[in-house]
Amino acid sequence: MAQKYKIGTAAIFSTEAEVLKAAAAVRSAGFQKFDAITPYPVHGMEEACGIQRSWIPYVTFVMGILGCLAGWALTWWTSAVSWPLNIGGKPFHSLPAFIPIMFELTVLFAALSSVAVLLWACGLPKINPPVIHPDLTSHKFGIFIPNDDSGYDERKVEELFRGLGASEIKKAEF
Amino acid sequence: MSQMKRNPLVLGRKSLKDITEDIVAPVESFPSKGWLGLFLSAKTLFIFYIITLGLVVSTGMGLLGVNHPNAWGTMIITFVFWIGIGHAGTLISAILFLFRQKWRTSVARTAEAMTVFAVMTAGLFPLLHTGRPWLDFWLFPYPNQRGPLWVNFRSPLLWDVFAVSTYATVSMVFWYIGMVPDFATIRDRAKNKIRYMMYGALSLGWRGTAKNWSHYEMVYLLLAGLSTPLVLSVHTIVSFDFAVSNLPGWHTTIFPPYFVAGAIFSGFGMVVTLMTLVRIGFPEFKNYITLDHMEVMNKIIMATGLMVGYAYGSEFFVAWYSGNLYERAVFINRAFGDYGWSYWCMISCNVLIPQLFWFKKIRRSIPIMFVISIFVNIGMWFERFVITVTSLHHDFLPSSWGNYAWSPYDTAILAGSFGMFLTLFLLYLRLFPAISIAEVKPVINVGYEEGKH
Repeated sequence: MAQKYKIGTAAIFSTEAEVLKAAAAVRSAGFQKFDAITPYPVHGMEEACGIQRSWIPYVTFVMGILGCLAGWALTWWTSAVSWPLNIGGKPFHSLPAFIPIMFELTVLFAALSSVAVLLWACGLPKINPPVIHPDLTSHKFGIFIPNDDSGYDERKVEELFRGLGASEIKKAEF
Repeated sequence: MSQMKRNPLVLGRKSLKDITEDIVAPVESFPSKGWLGLFLSAKTLFIFYIITLGLVVSTGMGLLGVNHPNAWGTMIITFVFWIGIGHAGTLISAILFLFRQKWRTSVARTAEAMTVFAVMTAGLFPLLHTGRPWLDFWLFPYPNQRGPLWVNFRSPLLWDVFAVSTYATVSMVFWYIGMVPDFATIRDRAKNKIRYMMYGALSLGWRGTAKNWSHYEMVYLLLAGLSTPLVLSVHTIVSFDFAVSNLPGWHTTIFPPYFVAGAIFSGFGMVVTLMTLVRIGFPEFKNYITLDHMEVMNKIIMATGLMVGYAYGSEFFVAWYSGNLYERAVFINRAFGDYGWSYWCMISCNVLIPQLFWFKKIRRSIPIMFVISIFVNIGMWFERFVITVTSLHHDFLPSSWGNYAWSPYDTAILAGSFGMFLTLFLLYLRLFPAISIAEVKPVINVGYEEGKH
């Protein structure tokens, strides 16, 4: 998978409070394509960056329903259509007995599709992606503004970051 | 209002960097002699297990004690035992997550690993108990050249195939997705190429951007929400294997909740056993898996132990109150018949001994809780023994009565299954971050901040 990465400017911050403030400031400065990089999900970051609520639950819901129907179709078709067998005088289409299968397939479809969609939404797996700073997955926080963002000017961005208390500012590929 | 002061979840005023270093340390350092000793013994037991299973498969199920009328024996008992163990892991990782119990963060990863390995250990038994495991694909409805002839979807045994395989799949995915950000942490710290490549591949190239975290947290919540009814369904369906039959002692409506409570009880017993050992093996983890954590889990053991005790009592009451002669005879035989010793072993290990946890000193004493948790494990194995064997060996007609012919191979597969579980668990402790790094970091200030919440 050849992935295109963007060039831009990145700032490193050392505390959660600083990066939250910085993300909000970068957003109000008019940038839209920027992203914050944090070692753990920071409370309030979605609001600061203006990220919409994830749309994945809709996929989960639809796939769950589909799984349930798939379970019903499988049990009904095999037991009542393809080869009906009289087992203990029970009806060929014995729905109550099929509920466990329908339930398990609901969960299976919903769970696996949520994870597949998560990977797709995050562009994973990525092979050897560029990393701005190795500590960003441990104890530092970063903000990256790509050079194709509206109103990107390298000197202005650097100034903005410096004003926000960045401990390190560098040109980076991300 | 906040007169109730919370105890800190992470001791020692750790910084973010300390947390990374503490948790990653076992992955990045050479194993200690203690670990190596445990691993070699577990692995030896595991090899012994593989040989035993090889003999059972090549010779046949006749090596074990199963025979008429006890057609279900050690394999089914131990299957239910291990699958039950798994349930506590999902309870901690999914149900307590939905209840926003922050203390779960530091034990969730290892409990979930326990689930995955316990389900693996359990899953082998029904597959081998078929007697001809090379034909186990017959359990799945696949198009075949015999008609196609389909599986019987009205059978609880088939529901079990779907429940256990779904449970195994979803637990593994949930566990793995939880570890992805931590693998990225290890990747970014890696000093040698092999480690960088290994954990780089496992991390799928995760970089922790805010947009990714937003989707990630949503999926984590969804998986927790899906795992919660799933885990309840699994032991419910396992109990249907018994309850849907007509056998006195099995044919009762109390089985699903009784089995689920028992599963959580036994699972927490195993979590406490393992956590006390992890605390000894990795002393730095005592700051993350604190005495408060252990105490809370002991309270759950006591609560679920009481539920199980209530189920034992109400089973007896219904056996008498229903007026069903066979049911009554089976229960009297259960407590005072040939296998009465196993019944009282179960009662004392599961109902009486956990009552010691009413005392705070005992709830907070590592050696005592370790011993009690071992008793819980023993008691819960005997519970399944009592349910399976005492109901089968003494049912309707005296002509079909008979005792279980326990053979040395039964002992070998029971002991050997611990070898498999412990080998996997010990490898996990050194290869994967045993505490969730990304989940512990947001809760480090709990208990330290004044006047908030």
